[in-house]
This record gives sequence, C-alpha cells and structure tokens, in this order.
Amino acid sequence: MDAILLQVLNGLDKGGAYALIALGLTLTFGTLGVVNFAHGALFMLGAFCTVALQSLLTMSTRVRDESITFFEAYKEVPYLVTWFGDTGAGIIDWVVPISVLVTIPVMLLIGVIFERGLIRFFYKRPHAEQILVTFGLAVVLQELIKLWFGANPIPVSAPEVVRGSADISDILGIGGNLSYPWWRLIYLASSMLIIGVVFAFLNLTTYGMVVRAGMADRETVQFLGINIERRFTVVFGIAAVVAGLAGALYTPILTPNYHIGMEFLVLSFVVVVVGGMGSLPGAVAAGFLLGILQSFASLNEVKSILPGIDQIIIYLVAVVVLLARPRGLLGRKGVMET
Amino acid sequence: MDTTPQNNTPQTTAPQTTAPAEPQRSAHYHHSTDLPTQLPPRGPDMRPLWPPKVDILMTVLFAVAVFTMPIWLQPFGAAYPDLMQRFAIFGIFAIGFNILFGLTGYLSFGHAAFLGVGSYAAVWSFKLLSLNIVPAILLSIGIAGLFALAIGYVSLRRSGIYFAILTLAFAQMCYNLAYSVLTPITNGETGLRVLRDDPRVLDALVTGTSEVAVPRASFFGIEMSGMTGFWTCAVCLLIAFYIALRITRSPFGMMLRGIKSNQTRMNYIGFNTRPYTLVAFVVSGMYAGLAGALLAVVDPLAGAERMQWTASGEVVLMTILGGAGTLLGPFLGAVLIKYFENIFSALSDSTLFQAFSFLPDTAREVVVTIVSPFVGEGWHLTLGVLFMLVVIFLPGGLTEGFRRIARALRGGSGKKESSQ
Repeated sequence: MDAILLQVLNGLDKGGAYALIALGLTLTFGTLGVVNFAHGALFMLGAFCTVALQSLLTMSTRVRDESITFFEAYKEVPYLVTWFGDTGAGIIDWVVPISVLVTIPVMLLIGVIFERGLIRFFYKRPHAEQILVTFGLAVVLQELIKLWFGANPIPVSAPEVVRGSADISDILGIGGNLSYPWWRLIYLASSMLIIGVVFAFLNLTTYGMVVRAGMADRETVQFLGINIERRFTVVFGIAAVVAGLAGALYTPILTPNYHIGMEFLVLSFVVVVVGGMGSLPGAVAAGFLLGILQSFASLNEVKSILPGIDQIIIYLVAVVVLLARPRGLLGRKGVMET
Repeated sequence: MDTTPQNNTPQTTAPQTTAPAEPQRSAHYHHSTDLPTQLPPRGPDMRPLWPPKVDILMTVLFAVAVFTMPIWLQPFGAAYPDLMQRFAIFGIFAIGFNILFGLTGYLSFGHAAFLGVGSYAAVWSFKLLSLNIVPAILLSIGIAGLFALAIGYVSLRRSGIYFAILTLAFAQMCYNLAYSVLTPITNGETGLRVLRDDPRVLDALVTGTSEVAVPRASFFGIEMSGMTGFWTCAVCLLIAFYIALRITRSPFGMMLRGIKSNQTRMNYIGFNTRPYTLVAFVVSGMYAGLAGALLAVVDPLAGAERMQWTASGEVVLMTILGGAGTLLGPFLGAVLIKYFENIFSALSDSTLFQAFSFLPDTAREVVVTIVSPFVGEGWHLTLGVLFMLVVIFLPGGLTEGFRRIARALRGGSGKKESSQ
C-alpha cells in the first residue's frame, strides 16, 4: 500500500511537469496552429532563469576567514550576506520561490518576442517548415545556454525549510511509514495550481472565452471586429510562462543542464499525442497518467520481470493508444487531422 | 480486366483503344520525348528497356563528379579520405531520407535511429561473421529495414505533425535503450568495437582462425583503410543514387509524389496509399542502414550518439539545404554541411586571431569575440542558425536558389530584348 502510494506520488510530480509542458504545447497548437519544437527549450529557459537568479544573488566577494588563525585563509561571501546579514542569506536560500517572480515576466517577454519576431511569419507555411524552424530555434537556444552556463549541470537547492521529507502517513492519517520530499509535494501542488489558473483563465474570463472562440472559429471572431491575433500572441506568452514555471520550479528536483529541454519535449509530445491533439484536458490527464505509469515501471519488482521497461513504457503506451484510438484518449474528430 | 479482350483484338486497333482506357499507364511515359509515336501492340511490355538518355547522362556525370572528388576537392583542402568518406556516407543518408521527405512528403525526425542500428548490425557482423564488408552491409540494410518496417507501421498511421513526433519519439526510445538496457548489445557509452579475438565464424571457416592482428574491415582481402574506404563508399553512393533515380522516375515514384501533393485525393481516386508510404519509409530506412554500415566499415566502431535527435535533425537540414525532392540536392547539402562542419570544428580562437591578423587590434578583438562562439565546440550553434536561415529564406533549398538565379538572369535578358 505504502509502496503504491509512493509510486503514485512519484509519478504525479513528474507527470506535473509533463502536463504543464503538454498544456503549453496544446495551447499554442490550438490557437496558432503551430507545432512548437522549441517548447522544450522554453522549459529549459525557465530552469535557467532560476540558475541565473541564483548566480546573480550569490555574487561573492573574497574576505578573510577569521575562524582559521593558523594561516591566511579566505572564503567567498555573497554580497547579500555582507550587506543584509541573515536576511540576505535567507533570500539566497529562497532563490527558487523568488525566481517565480522573475520567471513570469521574463518568459512572457520571451514568448511574445518569439511569436512576433519569428513564429507569426510561419502561420501560412506548411507544418513541416514550422517544425523545422522551431527545431532550429531550439538548437540555437540550447547552444546559447551551453555557451553561457557551460555544459555541466548546475545544482539549485530548495529552501532549507522544505529540504526534508514530509511524513505522508501522518498527514493523511493512515498507518505505516511513508515519507516524501516536501519540495516534490510543493511542485505537485503548484503544477495543479498553474493548471487550474490556466483553465480558469480560459473558461471563466471574457478574454479566455474569446480565445476559445478563436480556437474554434478564427474567422468568425475576426468578423466580429476582435483582434484575435493579439490575443493569440498573449496566449503564446502564457504558454511560454507555463513552460518556464514548470522548468524553474523543477530545478531542485532535477539538476538543470542545457539539454534538459529536449528530453522533456519529446516526452511531452508523446503526452500530447496520447491525450489527443488539441484537447487541453486530454493533455493534462495524459501527462499525469504517463508520469504515474513511468514511475510504476521503474519499480524494481517490475524491472526484474521486464528489464528496461521504465525507459520505454511511455512510448509503448503511445503505440498502443495510437493503434487502438488513433486520435488519442480525448481527441475529437476534425481537430488537427492533417 | 477489360483490357484482356482488347489484347486479343487485331493489332492495328489495339493501341487506340488501350491508351484511353488505362490512364494511369501514361505514368510510365512522363519522360516520353523519345518514344515512338506508334505504340507497340502489347500492354505490359511497352516500357522502354533502357532509361531515358537524360537519366543515363545524369548518372554518368554524377559518377564522374564523385570519382574525381580526390582531384577537384584538392583546392578546397578537402581531398583526404576521411572527409570524402563522410561526404559519400552522409550523401547516401540524405538521398535515402529524401525518398521519404522529398518525394512522399513525410517529415521523419528519427532517421538517425536507422543509421545507428545499421552501424551496430555491421559491427556485430564484423564480430560474429566475418571482417568482409559484404555480409556486414547486407545485414545492416536488412536489420535497418526491419526496424523501419516496425516503426513505420505504427508511425504511418498518422501523417503530418503526428508522424514527425512519433518518429522522433521512437528514435529517442532507441537512443535511451542503447544507453541503458541494451548495453550487452550496444556496449553503452563506451561504444561497440571489434576485437582481435572475436569469434568470426565465416573467417574461421575459410582461414582456420578468426584472430587477426588488427581488426579492420576488408573486401575479399582488400583492407578498408584510406582511399580504398573512400572508393567503397563512392561505389555504394553511386548505386544508391541510381536506385533513387529509378525510384523517382518509376510509376511508384509518381505515386509517392501524388501522395505528397494530395493524399486525400489519392485515397478518393481509389488508391490505398499506406503500403506505398510504408515502402518509401522502409526504403529510406534501408538507405540509412547502408550509411550506418559504411560508417562502421571505414571505422569499425559504433556508438549510441549516432542515434541522437541532433543527428536526425542534421539529415533533415542536409536535405532541405540542398533542396528536398530533387535528386542531386540532398547530396549537395550533405557535402556542404560536412565540409563546413570540418572547417568550423577545426577552428579555434588562436586560428581566428591569425585569420583576422590584418585587422587593427581592437577590431580584431571584437570580430574574434563575435565569431568564436560559432566555431570549434560551437558548431552546433552555427548549424542551428543555418537551419533557421534556410527554412526562413530559402525553403526550396540551394537547388531552388540556383533556379531562381537562373530565372532572374533569363528574365532580365528577356526584358531587355522586349524593350528593344
């Protein structure tokens, strides 16, 4: 029982990342009709927003280490600590939550720049060219990050308070002995929150209603005198923010490196295909589902029966779903059929 | 069906009645400039035995260009076997990819998987069967074809974006597997290599021992090192090119182009397009397998990094840079990419400083700072930028560019004439 619950939780936080990226992919796909191969790069950029903020906050100066008296010793002390003392140290400790505040405007800006600067010229061009140009963009972004931050992964840690594990069995009031890292729980909660906010934005606000109308029938909305293009630009920005947040908050779980984006992109594409292209609930549901399946497949008991199943389970599920339901779990007829 | 009675009718009337009755047969004659006006009497044997002169000329010119590469590449400093081998090998890869992407219009993002599979199969053949390249190449092509059949069967259930995503996913799956579970077969990160005392069954049968001093691939005694490796690749390239040419010109090739321009209409006309796309996919997978085998032939070593998505992206870039759908374009693209990769990767900051030594010091600093991210380790950045530029400004590739220039020149002269 404990083991099963643990695997479900494990799957949920990975699934949260998949779901967030797949949600953004589906949004851009439904609104702009563009397949964005650079979406994984946006996830990676979000993660590196946190890294950049961390290296900015921990800019250090060399001072004499007073605790060592035998010889002249120096240590690196961040400016923030020199200026603000414990408050500064606290800020550095809370770098990941703070980075959310930075990531949102930065990613919104990046998303809008991409859409206005590049992708808008590709609406009328064949899908193959859209794929190719965003693929090129992904390579360029990845290499730029590699150039700037180097090829090695850069560790980022969660705040001290939530670095430990939560006693789940105690919280849920069930017996047994089940603990789980706090930060992963927080990631799960925040991914659900972000998904909720996006759905609320689309379903409860007038702006979102117009966007949904544009997704269904772009021309009619334009006939009504609404500048749907500007709203779609904003939606692309939102998709970029969602991917960026997914990346920024994921840094304590998985040490970010420059090719993290492509790994997640490929899996998120599979998630979108399984969920049904163009279906937002499908993307979210399939994200969590595949995350859980993957975590169950990486159980040692399962691996001893089917070695390597954890590496390919997602693809196998995709194959089965495509053979049985070619439109995906929640895909509808006529949506992105070509 | 209703042609059988017509075949029994007197020979004089047969041509007039059969020709309009079977419109799709005219596909055989789309290069029919030199066909006799009087059609021969019987239906199935009406194809010309020899390919049209243009195709023969093209193949001969291509052969001359490929086999004289050691001469005309001299001024470019690229006339050494290692690089020319890569031209030929990636030329084969791109030509095969073009059969799927250029002719059929299916964008696959996972072709590097077949290349990697081909390499592994070839190295295993060197280890278990023989150091002779013939069984290695045949085995690689066969296994890559089987892989392509399995992956294609599933991926081709969808088209367009779905297809690109699925092929990418499968290639990534192969890459992950090669690094993790399949390490007994692929030898993981170290890569698979041929050892001195591998049990080469066929070699042991012929020579009595399977042990060799230096394990190196050979063609019935001719060792694959230096120029012999290049000649082997060049011969394979020529064969591959000729087959691609025949496929393009065949009714099957017409069918593929029909699928590219409007698959829905093909279906409505009554063709089941899926077998055709599957065959195109398998054929291009076999081409990739051949390319992978040749990579192992010239250097008996196989690693999983050949299957990475960047490698798949590279072959897409080669094809579109040269011109997707053209015969010579993919080869041209492959040569250009590999040539510049070779040059750019070799450059470093110090060589840049020498290259720009004619500039004043400060200007040199600026230029080198700007250029240095793009060279050496940063070759992939250049590749990505190039990718975007080609797709944005020249989606038809260089072939299209040449055509435009030619048209502009001709159009310009035509205007002058009309004004006079």
